[in-house]
Amino acid sequence: MIEMKEVYKKYPNGIMAANGFDVKIQPGEFVYVVGPSGAGKSTFIKMMYREEKPTKGTISVNGIDIGSLKNKRVPYLRRNIGVVFQDFKLLSKLTVYENVAFALEVIEEQPKVIKEKVMEVLSLVGLKHKARMMPDELSGGEQQRVSIARSIVNTPKVVIADEPTGNLDPETSWEIMNLFEEINSRGTTIIMATHNREIVNTIRHRVLAIENGVIVRDEQRGDYGYEN
Amino acid sequence: MKTRTLSRHFRESFKSLARNGWMTFASISAVTVTLLLVGVFTALMLNMNKAADDIENDVEMNVYVELEADETAIASLEQQMDELSGVESITFSSKEEELSSLVSSFGEDMALFEQNNPLRDKFVVKAVDPRQTERLASQIENFDNTYSVEYGEGKIDQLFSVLEVSRNVGAVLIFGLLFTAMFLISNTIKITIMARKTEIEIMKLVGASNWFVRIPFILEGIWLGIIGSILPITAVTLLYYNVTQFMEPRLEGSFIQLLEFSPFIYQINALILLMGVVIGVWGSFMSVRKFLRV
Repeated sequence: MIEMKEVYKKYPNGIMAANGFDVKIQPGEFVYVVGPSGAGKSTFIKMMYREEKPTKGTISVNGIDIGSLKNKRVPYLRRNIGVVFQDFKLLSKLTVYENVAFALEVIEEQPKVIKEKVMEVLSLVGLKHKARMMPDELSGGEQQRVSIARSIVNTPKVVIADEPTGNLDPETSWEIMNLFEEINSRGTTIIMATHNREIVNTIRHRVLAIENGVIVRDEQRGDYGYEN
Repeated sequence: MKTRTLSRHFRESFKSLARNGWMTFASISAVTVTLLLVGVFTALMLNMNKAADDIENDVEMNVYVELEADETAIASLEQQMDELSGVESITFSSKEEELSSLVSSFGEDMALFEQNNPLRDKFVVKAVDPRQTERLASQIENFDNTYSVEYGEGKIDQLFSVLEVSRNVGAVLIFGLLFTAMFLISNTIKITIMARKTEIEIMKLVGASNWFVRIPFILEGIWLGIIGSILPITAVTLLYYNVTQFMEPRLEGSFIQLLEFSPFIYQINALILLMGVVIGVWGSFMSVRKFLRV
């Protein structure tokens, strides 16, 4: 599904954010990416959807080497990957419905299909009744649900989440995690960078710990392993 | 691209004009001010050019014939001039005709000279290219039976160099103005796009192709250009209409004429509209480019 071989990343300012990542992620897996701030978690994640290009090494997603992918093809890669951020990244001038529909309009889906799919994911995340509201009128947890709905609306094989609970209170975080569990149970691979110790130690999944651009630990049903 | 997508782009471009109210206003103002300047200036330049052409085309020389030349000598002189390269027209005017035109301009007093006409027969010669006047004059001067050639020596050269300089200065000014306009507008659009950086970022993240991102912005640039050219077109039209109304009776009979209102105003307005659209598209294109590398 996703495979990194000898991946190095050096930023123009000289920082080595990846010092030889070597990892294989199988379809349907749920993987936590943990580690101190500045360890290279974000780079690890960003390279998977080609926000960053590796300086050396190969990354393949669904059998395609995305390091050598032409810029023109990047949009097609992204259509198979859902991305969720800590800060939600919703368009404040669009309604909840429009924010989710956006992801399908971009790939020129038929209006009828768009309506069906958007309503379906909105009911999955429990926000069908708030479809016409603006993001500002929602709580943080609800906004994150909208962003998750957007990430899965075109049924990608992988959802990548960069600290999705970072801005949320503990209770809301659990709700969001349940949603990810639900999505994962439907067969979608989930890769999540997180600082949330309690979650990692409670909902057990594979854990990749990154320090100084190196994967220092890779455990099935691992624990967080750091003091917060 | 599907027509559905295209209509979405159209919708989006209109919506974002409305959503970005103040920025839209700022961009349109920038386009308006620039096009107004460029429009008025271009109209002025083109008319100056026309005047210069008129003046150039009016340059002619008077070739005076020796008093003792008889009809055959005059005919052979005419033929000699006719054989020169670059001569456009030769008109003969006998000394009797010259005198009667003097009489009609200066009154019957001049009729006294009818007893003993002191004037000479003359040819009015025009060069195809007015710049060749001097060369032709010196050639004609050497012909037998030529008494003298007059064409406002020196002054013509000066006039030509003044016209040349003013044309070049005008062209440079218009280009400079257009360039400033483009930067002004591209900057304004850049600011509006900067405010929408997240929007572009998200579009790219959910897999929008570059053209999908670009097209609504480019359409928006077109609308800005079109809306921005409304006021300049109106102003230039009204202004030029009044100028021609005012000047035409005053220039009556003069060899300098303004460009006619009817075809000229359509041409310049089309030019203003085109410049507005080009500036808008170029501005959007340049500004979006930067943000597409997400």
